[in-house]
Amino acid sequence: MELPDEPTADIALTLNGEAIRARVPLRQNLVDWLRHGAGLTGSHVGCEHGVCGACHVQVDGVVVRGCLMLAVQADGAAVETIEGATSSGRIRALQDAFFNRAALQCGFCTPGMLLQAAELLERNPDPSRAEIREALSGNYCRCTGYHAIVDAVQAAAASLRA
Amino acid sequence: MPDTALPPDGWIGRPMPRAATRRLIEGRGRYTDDNAAKGELHAAFLRSPFPHAAFGITGRDAARALPGVRAVLTAEDLAPFCRSWRTESRAFPGLVSPEQGPLARERAVYQGEPVALVLAASRAIAEDALELVEVEWDELPAVTDPAKALDAASPSTHQGLTSNLAWRTEFGGGDVEAAFASAALVVEERFTFTRHTGVPLESRSVLATYDPAAEALEVRMSHQIPHQMQVHLADLLDLPMGRVRVIAGDVGGGFGIKMHVYPDEVAICAASRLTGRPVRYVCDRIEALMADIHAREHVMQARMAVDAEGRILAFDADDIQGLGAYSIYPRSSTVEAMSVLRTVGAPYHFGAYRARLRCALQNKVPTGQYRSVGHPIGCATTERLMDLAAAARGEDPLEFRRRNFLPEAMMPWTNPAGGRMAELSHTATLAEFERLLDLPGLRAEIAAMRARGRCVGLGFSAVVEYTASGPGAYGPAHVPVAAMDTVVVTLEPTGDVVARASVAEIGQGIQQGIVQVVADAVGVPPSHVTIHTGDTASAPHGGGAWASRGAGVGGEAAWGAGRKLRAEILKTAAALLQSAPEALDLRGGQVVDANGTPRMALADLASTVFFRGHELPGGVQPQFTATHQFRREEDVFLTTNGLQASLVEVDPDTGIVTPLRHWVVGDCGRLLNPLLVEEQVRGGVVQGIGEALLEACRYDPGNGQFLTGTLADYLLPMADNACDITVGHVETPYSGSALGAKGAGEAGTCGAPAAVLNAVNDALASRGARVSELPITPTVILRALGTLEASE
Amino acid sequence: MKPARFDYARPETLSDALAILADGGAEASVLAGGQSLMPMLNLRMARPGMLVDINRIPGLDAIALADGVLSIGARARHAEVLASPLVRQAAPLLAQALHHVAHPAIRNRGTLGGSLALADPAAEMPACVTCLGATIVLASASGKRRVAAEKFFLGVYATAIEPGELILHVEIPAIRPGWTHAFQEVSRRHGDYAMAGLALALRRDGSRVAEARIALCGVESATRRQAEAEAALVSGGVGAACQMLGGLDAMGGDEVTAAHRIHLARVLLRRAVGTED
Repeated sequence: MELPDEPTADIALTLNGEAIRARVPLRQNLVDWLRHGAGLTGSHVGCEHGVCGACHVQVDGVVVRGCLMLAVQADGAAVETIEGATSSGRIRALQDAFFNRAALQCGFCTPGMLLQAAELLERNPDPSRAEIREALSGNYCRCTGYHAIVDAVQAAAASLRA
Repeated sequence: MPDTALPPDGWIGRPMPRAATRRLIEGRGRYTDDNAAKGELHAAFLRSPFPHAAFGITGRDAARALPGVRAVLTAEDLAPFCRSWRTESRAFPGLVSPEQGPLARERAVYQGEPVALVLAASRAIAEDALELVEVEWDELPAVTDPAKALDAASPSTHQGLTSNLAWRTEFGGGDVEAAFASAALVVEERFTFTRHTGVPLESRSVLATYDPAAEALEVRMSHQIPHQMQVHLADLLDLPMGRVRVIAGDVGGGFGIKMHVYPDEVAICAASRLTGRPVRYVCDRIEALMADIHAREHVMQARMAVDAEGRILAFDADDIQGLGAYSIYPRSSTVEAMSVLRTVGAPYHFGAYRARLRCALQNKVPTGQYRSVGHPIGCATTERLMDLAAAARGEDPLEFRRRNFLPEAMMPWTNPAGGRMAELSHTATLAEFERLLDLPGLRAEIAAMRARGRCVGLGFSAVVEYTASGPGAYGPAHVPVAAMDTVVVTLEPTGDVVARASVAEIGQGIQQGIVQVVADAVGVPPSHVTIHTGDTASAPHGGGAWASRGAGVGGEAAWGAGRKLRAEILKTAAALLQSAPEALDLRGGQVVDANGTPRMALADLASTVFFRGHELPGGVQPQFTATHQFRREEDVFLTTNGLQASLVEVDPDTGIVTPLRHWVVGDCGRLLNPLLVEEQVRGGVVQGIGEALLEACRYDPGNGQFLTGTLADYLLPMADNACDITVGHVETPYSGSALGAKGAGEAGTCGAPAAVLNAVNDALASRGARVSELPITPTVILRALGTLEASE
Repeated sequence: MKPARFDYARPETLSDALAILADGGAEASVLAGGQSLMPMLNLRMARPGMLVDINRIPGLDAIALADGVLSIGARARHAEVLASPLVRQAAPLLAQALHHVAHPAIRNRGTLGGSLALADPAAEMPACVTCLGATIVLASASGKRRVAAEKFFLGVYATAIEPGELILHVEIPAIRPGWTHAFQEVSRRHGDYAMAGLALALRRDGSRVAEARIALCGVESATRRQAEAEAALVSGGVGAACQMLGGLDAMGGDEVTAAHRIHLARVLLRRAVGTED
């Protein structure tokens, strides 16, 4: 939507593997643009001040808070959201483990949690429960109490090592 | 009594993930803010920056002149489109709660109260405009502390009120004075419970679309009870109920936060009506922490009398509740306090009880029903007194509880608090609890840790919860709350079954439970059952999600509807197969005979009926849509019971408490799906741990300013300060229903704060320290240890 | 919760950045990792007229060790500093402390220079660079200047950075033989800002402390070398040093009082002396 008097910038980026051009309000953060500009509503907005992790997306290969980066800063970057990570199959083992273990309830935190867990498993294929808990401590889940999430990440790690 | 023939190898009781979570895992959820409407306006609220102030909106031109701004609205603007409301309950005669509207008029009585509304082309522009609205504020004295609020000298929360007492009562039974006079032991404690809030990760959000041509309102919102909102929006906006459609799609958690009528959400609907445009509003986290309901602000003075044999004689509880500026609409905030006082002593036998309650109005956001409403306060009070008594007697705390549990043989029993205790399984639950904990091993482990200098403690709590509220809860109060549920099941031409249910899915997994019930009731695999909830246009009227009621109430409706459909299918099959319905059965989507031999696939039967009706014998008119509405006639609540244990470590130097492990054994009646029940329990426990150790809504005691307005200030449990939780079950099906399910979703939250409180006190006991304030912050610990002075 | 409007510039070179900053004056804010600035923008607690995004300027994230000096570029991300073998070798204190800094996604983006420039009194990095006697190298359109960490942190969110200046890199003397580092912190939850934190560098002579460098975070409004406590630690041991900490000008607060912070500083000092490596 063109907004009156709103300063904008044109950006070009790779979004979930696809080359995209867009005009974004300068003050719009990345997750708001992904959700409302690019129509990718799988990334969620939970706090807008960098605490909850619901907005996690991957930018140039690392997981970042989508509310703490401007959309204009994604110019030239490769951005991957839960939608892209799903269709590439990159996080399939984690997704299966989360599903089977009921490691989500309302599911609002889940996309961010999955991306963060995937980053952990890339770095550490056999994390302990404590290591999983620490790695996910920037992702709030208000429903599960985390135990099932830790189980699921362990199960996914085991299946990936097998 | 409905047909109770649960199939022996059925789907009820099987651990299965909720099928719909596949969508959520892949980022395909549809939460309210994932929807957009053509031509929508974005809303932002101007909220009172003061806890108590007179105000006048003196200038709107600058805000209106900002490009992209469509409207700047005040209470006067919305008044023609929306009437005001006042919280009343016949259960609490004389309850003081002033009239409320969608926006405050002339006076704001809590910080965060909406006073004006901007509609603009984007949320950012709407927020720009808020800064240009000219308001003259005249700050007034703020009432914050609940006990001081009741002083005669306290300023008034509202203009024109001479007292901040919203309601008071005293109830109980037996001779309390005599019991305390004759007691061998009296233990007493003063507890301080700080306000919490629920913090569902998806904040409240609403997208309202009023169609002036159809005179109809469609509201997408993140809510636990879409039908309740349909009732109230129709009432407040003066529309026929059929022209209000409320749709709660995927809901990102509720926990009680999303079961109320909030002024801002009503204002959005009124604003859509005023403008004829869709209006979208997402409560941001700052607004949510400040203006979502809070809960559990209590100052509790309680004592317990015990005889020489170690049997409880009586409880005496005196509670002051800080309920906020209004009693929450429509259920009232007083419900929480009554739940606190009804929960005191609930697991035990005792002869006398006196409860005194004073509910104080304050210049704070209203409190309301948050997960396990009131129970954690009553439970913590009781269980702490139990530990104090056991310690005074030099007795093991579990032994003291074992002696005092209400014996199964005495049930049903109405205790002196008025709580009806029925079908509880304290004995079996305790046995399973001791097995699960391996207490001798655990105690040895604790002794070894202590020998290494670690300050660890083990605490227990016994839980009785009032779940699955029946019509007797709100009906006599004349509060329009549906305690019944409706399920409509339809056989589709493919042999698939579609269920439309009045229960609401907020993450707890009730959809999956209902699918499994319908599968067994009809005789089809769960993969052939699709469920729709949350949209008042398709789901029939009923209760939604509150009071752990989905399985116990909604499950019965699903069972009844499924059995009706099954009977109709078998009747039709018998006509087609020239057999008798009694000679046939429906299993796994096949009509079978008495030997289990397949006679006809349900898909064939269905397609015959829908597409080749000419093949049906004369007089056969299959009714392949079946409805069942269920209201429970007996038992206002279904009581459940359980035990919890918490192992914590206290760092006596820093006051930091670390939960190490937690155990729960619960009896919630028939388990529809143990996997989902266990995860409800675990999630509930961690909310309880947060309540015990971290979460607090704090206000400046001087000017009343809200101090915990971000998630950096309001501390939630994270993955690395929660712990592993072992869960066990005892299953005592409720005898008064077909399925026997009771409530499961809140028990974890009920008992966890008490167990943690007792564990911390167990850890501190050897140092002669004792705590009775939640949350147990490092400051609380260090003061208890004498490291810090009370003034430090 | 959306930011107020701002202009945005993304210079590709340092000289462009410095020119923009020189023009922008006090209205301009440097956007590096943004992990503290972005929340403040979203909350409208910060309202710069112009954001100068330095994420495209080459070389600002280099980590190098030469001639006994560890140089860390201002835009080095916390995660990069944490993972750097050079940092672990030359300034183990930083690696220890970074475990306490927020959470992985924040560390992926947040930068050392950003943390220093913000000067949150509860943040770990200012205390670490102060403890280690680092030099902060600043650049502006009119040239470079070097400021000792000890003179850099002036108060709550206040530093020696002048309008138009940008942190280029931080120079940290590499740990010398015989020295050990320890970082200790108390926070309500792991990753939260410190209720109190303590950075310690020690040289022992046998079991006796021969030299000590101490800086705190979360206690005083600006981190500084705790010279009195350092001297007392050397001369009188940890008890004497704790005694000296009684003289701290500790911040008060609603949840954590000044006395509470002083108590925690003492606890941390006792813990740090003996656990350093």
